[in-house]
Amino acid sequence: MTSTSPAQPAEKHVAPQADHGDPARGWIARIAEGRAWLFLAGLIICFEIWSRLAFGATFVLNPFNLQSIAIFAVAPLLLATGQTFVIISGGIDLSLGFIMGLAAVIAAHATNLAGAAIPLPLAMLAGILASVIVAGVPGVINGLLISRLKVPPFIGTLGMFGVARGAAFLLAGGTTVPVQNSWFALLGNGRFYGVPYLVIITAVFVVVMHYLLSQTRFGQHNYAIGANVQAARRSGIDIRGHILRLYVLSAMCAGLGGALYAARFTAGAAQAGEPLLLDSVAAVVIGGASLFGGSGTIFGTVAGALVIAVIQYGLVFVNVEPFWQFIAVGVVIIISVLIDQAQRRFSGARQDE
Amino acid sequence: MNSTNQTASLLEVRNLSKHFGAVRALNDFSMAVRPGEVVALAGDNGAGKTTLIKAISGVFQPTGGEILLRGKPVTFATPQEAREKGIETIYQDLALADNLSIGANIFLGREPVRKAFGFLPVLDRKAMAEAARETMKRLDFHVSRMEAPVSNFSGGQRQAVAIGRAVYWDAQILIMDEPTAALGVPEQRKVISLIHQLKAQGRGVIFISHNLQDIFAVSDRIVVLRRGIQAGERKISETNHDEVVKLMVGG
Repeated sequence: MTSTSPAQPAEKHVAPQADHGDPARGWIARIAEGRAWLFLAGLIICFEIWSRLAFGATFVLNPFNLQSIAIFAVAPLLLATGQTFVIISGGIDLSLGFIMGLAAVIAAHATNLAGAAIPLPLAMLAGILASVIVAGVPGVINGLLISRLKVPPFIGTLGMFGVARGAAFLLAGGTTVPVQNSWFALLGNGRFYGVPYLVIITAVFVVVMHYLLSQTRFGQHNYAIGANVQAARRSGIDIRGHILRLYVLSAMCAGLGGALYAARFTAGAAQAGEPLLLDSVAAVVIGGASLFGGSGTIFGTVAGALVIAVIQYGLVFVNVEPFWQFIAVGVVIIISVLIDQAQRRFSGARQDE
Repeated sequence: MNSTNQTASLLEVRNLSKHFGAVRALNDFSMAVRPGEVVALAGDNGAGKTTLIKAISGVFQPTGGEILLRGKPVTFATPQEAREKGIETIYQDLALADNLSIGANIFLGREPVRKAFGFLPVLDRKAMAEAARETMKRLDFHVSRMEAPVSNFSGGQRQAVAIGRAVYWDAQILIMDEPTAALGVPEQRKVISLIHQLKAQGRGVIFISHNLQDIFAVSDRIVVLRRGIQAGERKISETNHDEVVKLMVGG
């Protein structure tokens, strides 16, 4: 739809004509929305062909590969799930990586401490719970800074990035904290019919988050705030309360990521999430969210996180120098944003706001 | 014809003042809106139009005077309170969330929720779409694809959505701030026809515009503000452009 063409004849009634059923636009929009899944399919096909030509072996039909990719994707996906909510609201959370590190250290300490007093499985649960709750603290501070003191999210969470980083290293004494708990180790490395427990936990969590974003008033308000915060405020939505809950939610996602990291490596490390922050933003963007806020889905982010994991694991599998991973992920992010821009232009979305 | 005083006023403003320090943005201003009446508010920039509508819609507390709703004095601490009493303001920049559907915009902040599987609360999108379709039909606005985001619609159609929201929540008084300002000519006509619909439904409309053509096309009366005071009030049928301009600039 080209913006209100003056050539249109004036009508007596308010008739909606131009908005519907333009098949070309519907088609482009659908491709743009599902682009992360198309990327994923394309990548898997590429690696399959590459693998067969180079080694005469299958890539995607090898269960070990699938397990590895899924495990690879768990931590970035947990961060990206929280990040999806934040980015849809028009913000960004740069502190998630080190909140995850902090949570991993807390999980290790808490599990060890609790293990001395209560049975191991309970100690494991206590450790996970403690890490998620402690992760909420920087989330509360982020939320208060952004909602009450009007600190821009980029700056507020950048400050928290430093604070969480320092706190995590202090608590860890500058090293990794090993966990002495067989249940915790089992959680991190066990499998159920070949599917790692970590992957099952993450899948369940992601479905719950999808529900929260797509089916609840909280999710609906999140989209509205991202699109037009004035409109949301005038509609009586409690913006400050929402923003606070939002950053606590994203921090707790990172907290769960930290706990699962500690389970996987049976150790907590302050730098656990350091390389994952940008991956989380990349997963959200590849998944179809706009950094300007107002759009994005959890399942898009799942595809985005899988794209990154497949690139990283696939390039190692076909024996390419690991530095190419960065280039490949970077190229995918840029292509993804270009598709988003093109789709906006075609769909006639108003650019003036 | 003296019948105007026989219908009870929907909204009446008596001797309303709003002072910002020494600045008298609004001074001893009175006006009334009756059911099914469109009252245009005209005046140059800085004449006090915005101050007046902000006082009526609960954004500002007036310094003096009173606001009467169906004859009863009311005060609004917040815009929400004004809205709950049936005074809805439709802003120039529309206040729609572009990425959401018409239904979601109408219910923004007041979304209906149903229980899926008997326990899980989920948004009742079907009810929202249904109510939206009904509401838009009452405004003679027929939409085939209710799930489309409002960014797909044109300026006039979006204005209709904003008005539809007010109608759905049963606003009795709609304050419209320059509703035609950002629109092309055909779109302006659509909005004018929407205002006629509101009038036919017995609602009161306060219509703020710089465009005398629009004012004369849709209003029953015109109230002119100049430097915070009421500079004149005319029936549209008994005045003309020249007189209104004179009132506005104080000639």
